[in-house]
Formats: sequence, C-alpha cells, structure tokens
Amino acid sequence: MSDEAVLNTKPITPPAQSLYTPFNVIAGIILIVGFIITIRRFTGGLDAVTNLNDNYPWGIWIGFDLLAGVALAAGGFVTSAAVYIFGMKRYHSAVRPAILTGFLGYALVVIALHYDVGRPWRLPYPFIAQQGTTSILFEVAACVALYLTVLFIEFSPAAMEWLGLRRARNIVVKLTMLLTIFGVILSTLHQSSLGAMFLMAPSKLHPLWYSSYLPVYFFISSIIAGLSMVIFESSLSHRYFAHKMDEAHLNEKEGIAFGFAKAAALVLFGYFAIKVVGIAMDNNWHYLTTSYGTWFLVEMLGFVALPCFLYAVGAREKNLNLIKWTSALTVFGIVLNRLNICLIAYNYHLPADEKYVPHWMEIAISLFIVTLGVVAFRFIVTRMPILYAHPDYQDEH
Amino acid sequence: MSVSRRKFLGWLGAAGAGVISGGTAKAASNKHFKGYPDSMGVLHDTTLCVGCRSCEAACNKVNALPAPKQDFTDTTVLERKRRTDSSAFTVVNRFKQSESDKQPVFVKKQCNHCLEPACASVCFVGAFKKSPEGAVTYDESVCVGCRYCMIACPFEIPAYEYDKALTPRVVKCTMCHPRVLEGKLPGCVEECPTEALLFGERNKLIKAARKRIARFPERYVDHIYGENEMGGTSWLYLSARSYEQIGMREDLGVTPAPKFTEGILSAVPIVAGLWPVLLTGIYAVSKRKDKVAQEEQSQAVAEAVTQAESQAEVKLKKALVLAKKEKEMAVKKEARKALEKAAKAQKAAEKKAQEEATEK
Repeated sequence: MSDEAVLNTKPITPPAQSLYTPFNVIAGIILIVGFIITIRRFTGGLDAVTNLNDNYPWGIWIGFDLLAGVALAAGGFVTSAAVYIFGMKRYHSAVRPAILTGFLGYALVVIALHYDVGRPWRLPYPFIAQQGTTSILFEVAACVALYLTVLFIEFSPAAMEWLGLRRARNIVVKLTMLLTIFGVILSTLHQSSLGAMFLMAPSKLHPLWYSSYLPVYFFISSIIAGLSMVIFESSLSHRYFAHKMDEAHLNEKEGIAFGFAKAAALVLFGYFAIKVVGIAMDNNWHYLTTSYGTWFLVEMLGFVALPCFLYAVGAREKNLNLIKWTSALTVFGIVLNRLNICLIAYNYHLPADEKYVPHWMEIAISLFIVTLGVVAFRFIVTRMPILYAHPDYQDEH
Repeated sequence: MSVSRRKFLGWLGAAGAGVISGGTAKAASNKHFKGYPDSMGVLHDTTLCVGCRSCEAACNKVNALPAPKQDFTDTTVLERKRRTDSSAFTVVNRFKQSESDKQPVFVKKQCNHCLEPACASVCFVGAFKKSPEGAVTYDESVCVGCRYCMIACPFEIPAYEYDKALTPRVVKCTMCHPRVLEGKLPGCVEECPTEALLFGERNKLIKAARKRIARFPERYVDHIYGENEMGGTSWLYLSARSYEQIGMREDLGVTPAPKFTEGILSAVPIVAGLWPVLLTGIYAVSKRKDKVAQEEQSQAVAEAVTQAESQAEVKLKKALVLAKKEKEMAVKKEARKALEKAAKAQKAAEKKAQEEATEK
C-alpha cells in the first residue's frame, strides 16, 4: 500500500503529455479573459464591467459569488462535525476533500468581494477603522474572516505532510476538536446572517421569500448545500482523480454517498416543512397564485421537494448514479434560491424594464473565480495527501 | 470516559472564543436609539408644489454637483419618473391620475432623514450617523463601498458613484447639514418660491401640518407621511391624494429599521454560548457510546469464548467417558472372546481326549 501511495504522489499528467489538454485550454482562456476584465474593473470602476445600478447595488457577484459561494462551501463544517463531533468515523475519508473545498470556497468568496466593493483595500476597515456592530454585515465579515482562518488551519496538515513539516503538523492535528467546534459556531452565525441581511428589506424582498425565518432558512439550506457539494465533489474526484485515491477512499466512497444522500433527504424534508411554516405564519398563501408564486413553487417543488424525493430513492435503492445527479440538482437549487432572494424576488415592486440583468463581464468574472478554484483544487489534490492518507501518517486515523 | 486536561482546555478555549466573537454585536443591539426630540426637519406640502425644479437647481449649486444633462428649467424631464442618483441629491416627479389630468401633483424626493435610519443600522463601518440637528450624515473616509445601505433603504435614496475607479462614494442628501450648522436654511428650502418646503423643528412641523389638515380637511388626506413611517422621518409630507398615488409606499409600516435585525443579533450570544457546550456534550456522548459498544463487544467475545471452552470441556469429558466405556467394553469383549476361545479349545481338547479314550 505505502508503495502505491508514493507512486501516487507523481503529477497527474506525465511530463511527456502535451500541455494543451482540453481542460488546460478552456481554463486558460477563461483565466486570460478574467485577467483582462480585472484590469478593466480596477481602472474603469464598477460601471465599466457591470450592470449594477442604484436600484440594484448587488448583482451576481453578491448573489452567486458570495451568497451561493458561502453556502456551497459549507461541506467543510458539515463533514468535520459529522466525523469528529458526532463520531461517524466511516466518513473520515470525506473530511479532507470537504475541508479543502470549503477553504477554497471561502478564499474565492473573499477574492470575489474585492471585485464587488467600491474600495476593496478598505475591507479590513470594519475591524481596524470603525466598528459598525449593529450591522448584520459586521457579523458576517467577522465570522467569514475568522472561519477562513479556521479552514486554513484545518487544511494546513495536508500541506505540512506534503512539505514534510512533521512537528508543526502534529501540533495542528491536536487542535482538530477545537477547530471543529469553532468552525460550527462561526458557520452557524454567518450562514444564518447572510439570510438575516435581507431582514432589513421587508419592503423590497417579495413576501414569499421574505420571512423572519430567513436566517434559519439560510443555515438549514447551507447544510443541504454542504452535504450535496461533498457528494458532487466526490463523484467528480472519483472520475478524474481515482488514481490518486487510496483503498480507504475507494472503499468508503459508496458509503459516504449513501449516508450523505440520506442525510440530505432528511434535511431537505425539514427545510421544505419550515418553508411551509413560514408561508403559513405570515399567511402568504394568496401570493402563490401570482406569477412570483409560480416561480416560488418551481423553486420549492423542483429544487427542494424533488431532490428530497430523489435522494431518498437513491439512498434506499443504493443508486449511486441517481444520487450523483441529484446532488447537482440540489446545488443548482441552492444557487437559484440565493439568486431569487438577492436579485429575482428583490425589488419585486419595480417594473420589469428596471430589473437588473448581469453584464456578460460580470458572468465572466464569476466564471473566472470558479475556474481559479478548480485549478487550485486540481493543483492541490494532485500533490498533497487529500484523497489518500500520507504513508507516514497512515495509522493515525 | 477519560478527558485529558489538554482536551478540556481546548473545549474551554472554543467556548471562550465563541463568546468573544458574539459579544460585540449584542452589546450594540442593546443600545436603543430614540431619535432627537428637538431635531430639525422639513415639511413638504405637495399641494403647494408647482414643479418648477428650483429646489433641484439650488441643491445642485450648494452641493457643487456636476452640471445636469438637461437644464433645470427644462420641465420635459418630468415626463418620466426619476430617482436620486450620484449627481442628484433630489428630484421632482410629476404624478397624473390620467393622461388628461389638468392638475398633476409634484413631489420632491430626497433622503427623508429617518429618526432611526436603516442605512446607519446596516453600515458595518458606521459611516452613517443621525446628527442631533436631524441630518443623517455620511462619512466618506471609512466607507468600504459594500452598498448594503442602498439595499436597506426603504425609500431607495442612496446612490453610488459606479463610474469612479478609486474613490467611489455613496451619495445622498445631507439636509444641508453644514449650512444648517451655520444657521442657514437648506438650499432647496431657501429657493422654493411657493413655500412648499418648510424648515423647522420637527415637533413644530407636525403641529403645523395637523393644523393645515384641520383647517382644510377637503384639501388634504388625513395623514402626515413621515410622522410614523419606518419609525418616523425628519422629512414630512402632506398630500391631497393617497400617498400611493404620488409614488410613496404606504406599506412600509411604522417599525424602525434597526428593529428588523434586533432579534437575530440577540441570537448571536445564544449560538456562541450554547453550541460549544452542546457540541462538546455530543462529542462526549458519541465517544462514550463508542467506548461502551467496544466494551460490550469485547465482553460478548469473552463470554462466547468461555462458553465455547466449557462446552468443549464437557464434550471432551463425555468423549473420554465414552472412550473409556468403549475401551472397557472392547476389553471385556476381547476377554470374553478369549475365554470363549479358550473354552472352545478346552472343549475340543476334552472331546478329543474322550474320543481317544473310547478308541482305546
């Protein structure tokens, strides 16, 4: 086994192979275009690359990159809590990939924010210049900054094993419990706070989406997003990096998918239920017959109820393929929910021609940032012990 | 279960860090801002406004804003509904009940200077402040440009300088705060030719507005807009038509904006305090469960082994007894056989001896 693992640390593509693989070419084009738009953004201002306006100060860089990005990066805290706190050791091999995905996710969120805010060099101002502690955004900023640090520390043992820093690595590993608990606290706070930000706009967010439960919705749906992203990311990893995986990863793969699918089905069911409670509490039933109501039902039935059912069927019938596709559907549903709240159902009172439609360069930057993440993920899993246990630390788990 | 000192200290650390991270937000949310009773405001009587746009021109002048695309005397801009933007702190809109409406209503729009402003509540660097004089002021020097104020403002007032690469600012009416401090009137109020704008102490303005409504009940709707909207605003309005008809939302409610997030902010210490304890407990329980399961398993194994052993012993004993018996029986059998054989041989010998004897 250890011999295999040593072999596995070789780069994914043998040096002889051409650099012009389809992945490299597409990623390269996106990165170059993104780089050019980046220059435009920071020399011409937001107007030069976005369709943002005074009615829509937040576009897809907030709706997708921040809101959806943070939710989809929840896999780290969900998985590490399941394994280290709830003692589900059979999912241990899912922890490192989930932590890595989470860490990259949060890092990219912070990068994306640099594009969106007017003066990004002032991003530390809430902590060093003047504290606006009545703001939910202050809580979000503090928690995201701290949690990014936590994720970095949680991820660092993999890098230290790779670099051979045994002593430092052993110290950090001892912090696992502390970091996991701290991570859950921070995640609870900022995942819910992202929803709570919109509590401020009851007159602008459509009543079907506005609810005093918004923080709870955001937190619960982040768990769904986290579980689904672990399944989604692991199915992609098994497709492209199977040769990097050790026996434990290959053996636990199916168990993780079935277990997480079952959990996701349960949480989706609960999420659906509290969404219905929210509608009932504010007595918003009559909105369901409007066009926004139709759209709300599409989200609720097509991207909450349907994945809930499909996950349950997949877990029951041990259908790996179904679970895989359901995870993609669920992830898409979470993204849709965040876009609905931030953009589509926001300013519902404005006429259709005043609605915001993202500029293609905004989409290109979002694509650029996602591509950065994929490239970084590939760079790391082909080098560091993420999908296999490092031979020197084999017995510690 | 055994908890090492290091682990215990670790948990304490997690709890402590959680409490620290939550403490600040709560402390602030306890501060209840009631507004300043003697603060100034402006009463905008829309029944007196003729839509001349002199207020817009004055505002542009006193705030040194960029020159407009169309001159301020050009009333064709009233054809479409406008909002405040980065080059206009205030705009006048015209509202007609029908295309042929001979008596349109003109409404001036600008920051209403809420008593408890949403923008100030959501700003994570505290760039907005409600001054004792009444103005909601903005401090450009700390603004990060997150634009949450624009999301939160129920009146859709703050605008942003999207075209500036390095120094974009949030832009909104200042109620001419510097001029008011100097004892002057706000630019728009000073220029208004019809006294549609009245500057004064907010409390007195409310009384004056009530008097107007009482004196001309057929002229005004019985509602001072801004008296209670969003907890009250420094700008107040009088109208002949329902406010909905003149582009002002009547569904905003009377709750001051900071109240919307007060509840969730007070949940922070609950989460930060409860989670570490709860999670540590769950961890301990799951650890204990594992240990108990392991103990039970090893106990069961041991039991099974002893049981198997004793069973084997019994079996062995039985087998031994059986073997002994069998052996005895075999011996007996052999002995019997040998005896029989011997007897036979004896008989045969006797017979032979007898025969020999008779032959003789």
